Amino acid sequence: MSRLAGTLAAGDARWGFLIRFLVVAAAMLLLAPAVLSDFRLSLLAKFLCFAIVAVGIGLAWGQGGMLVLGQGLFFGLGGYSMGMYMKLEEAGPGQLPDFMVWSGVESLPAVWEPFRHAWFALPMAVLLPMAVAAVLGTLVFRQRVRGAYFAILSQGLAAAFVIVLVGQQGLTGGTNGLTNFTQLFGLDLTAQANASILYTMVALGLLAVFLIARQLVASRYGRVLVAVRDSEDRVRFLGYDPTRIKVVAYTAAAGMAGLAGAMFVPIVGIISPALLGILPSIEMVIWVALGGRAVLAWAAGGAVLVNWVKTGLSERFPSGWLYLFGMVFVVVIAFAPKGMAGIGEYVRAGLGRPGAVRLGPRARDRATARDRAAQEPA
Amino acid sequence: MKDDDSTPIPGGEMLRVEGLGSGYGSTQVLFDVSLGVPEGGLCCVMGRNGVGKTTLMSTIMGLIRARGGQVVLAGEDITRTEPYERVRAGIAYVPQGRDCFPQLTVMENLRVVAEACPHPEGGAIDEALELFPRVKELLSRPAGFLSGGQMQQLAIARALVARPRLLLLDEPTEGIQPSIILEIEEAIAQLKQSAGLSIVLVEQYVEFAMRLADTYVVMDGGRVVEAGDAGALEDGSLQEMLAV
Repeated sequence: MSRLAGTLAAGDARWGFLIRFLVVAAAMLLLAPAVLSDFRLSLLAKFLCFAIVAVGIGLAWGQGGMLVLGQGLFFGLGGYSMGMYMKLEEAGPGQLPDFMVWSGVESLPAVWEPFRHAWFALPMAVLLPMAVAAVLGTLVFRQRVRGAYFAILSQGLAAAFVIVLVGQQGLTGGTNGLTNFTQLFGLDLTAQANASILYTMVALGLLAVFLIARQLVASRYGRVLVAVRDSEDRVRFLGYDPTRIKVVAYTAAAGMAGLAGAMFVPIVGIISPALLGILPSIEMVIWVALGGRAVLAWAAGGAVLVNWVKTGLSERFPSGWLYLFGMVFVVVIAFAPKGMAGIGEYVRAGLGRPGAVRLGPRARDRATARDRAAQEPA
Repeated sequence: MKDDDSTPIPGGEMLRVEGLGSGYGSTQVLFDVSLGVPEGGLCCVMGRNGVGKTTLMSTIMGLIRARGGQVVLAGEDITRTEPYERVRAGIAYVPQGRDCFPQLTVMENLRVVAEACPHPEGGAIDEALELFPRVKELLSRPAGFLSGGQMQQLAIARALVARPRLLLLDEPTEGIQPSIILEIEEAIAQLKQSAGLSIVLVEQYVEFAMRLADTYVVMDGGRVVEAGDAGALEDGSLQEMLAV
């Protein structure tokens, strides 16, 4: 009887997910381009890039317990790979990007040379962050660096990356970063009408990344990842290697951040150190915390909503918006510590629906008491 | 459980710990600890709280890295290997406090290990459960709902799913009612006798330990202060050493 109910519930959940996914996909791909102006649509495209980063953070932090405070590093590696390609494409064969000419660089640095080719630059936007994360993760996780120490280390790397970028003016464009883009693959980036093409690409990218991450979480690998998050040593003495498990999640998150960075550049038209340092990296984690780190969809939703609120508030209250924005953070954390994802669950728990069993501690206690009562012989 | 296909062991020794040092951060806990467990033997580690018994088990398992000395399993130096490699080499660990997955069912807890250590011939879970009929009745119950005694039995059964050669048991009687302690004692005796498992047992319950042990070591301040054959031991002297 209860097994039958369980099977039905599992089937329901699968259909429920599919329906929700299709609704959101349709809203993103069909509704948004139809109702939003070109300006709003390109803003939303930017937010969807952030959502791609957030899915990665949801995977590494929400599921794997690694507080990744330095995703700006990977976002930047992706962004600069793309930016370098676009700069060279624009300069034309044998020519130097404009900022190099201003900085007195006379020949193209060797690092830049391969980024002339799209077949190299575009894969590199994802593979380079993944390679860096894989090497770094292996070194760090094998040494059993975790918790706050890992967070500080990841943050330090983002800071170091920014310092290198700023210091190597001739190589990287320095503080200004890479900008002045006008076209990509012959697509005129200055024409507002092209916003919807870029938007659609990002939306498809986000949907694909989300499905990949969700597949990882739902797989056996995902269950071990959560087990590592909850108690690394337990998993260790049961015969698993936590290093490998964590490196995979960290590397996947880095690849997602890199992809997001690469898509961000043609949409926003700039990649610069100011977008990648400590503060932006922390902001990325805040999106996920406010959305709900335990639920991938809400991690992504958090990125979009927080940025939407930020833009909305700053437009309407140009002088006081930061106070209001800060207040939103405080209210969400105070009343829904599990983020916006938690709000729906609290409501459901309040109504006593069975979905509440997996939820907050109070709801769980109640469910436990109920199960105990059911098992007690009458 | 692996007695027929295991490699020949020099001197018949399953575990040799030699001059082991270990600790946490800047605190050294173990100093120059040595002990040996013959194949099919049971060595009991005794001592008051805080003398390093659990640290010793964690270091043998590799959860804490040794700072000096050697851990040798069946003639092979495993001091620098990772814990998951040690599980594959044949060590299984039943930690103090059991450390089961409370939300997973009893069966799922066992399958976690079966997934990590797949044995081509299968049947490891059934074999492990044979010893604990009490656990067998609870397979679909979440482990968080088990009593302390049931959970302890589950933890031992879980360790057996890996088909170990050496079993590390950390205070299996802690907080458990006497009738269940007897069941656990019987199970351990059976593992030792019929399965030929080598065992390191950390225990404060002296009578329980002495009924099972072949050899013993007493620890104090992170060092071994006394060691010998369990048979030659008089109850009184040991009680004196362990008195708080």
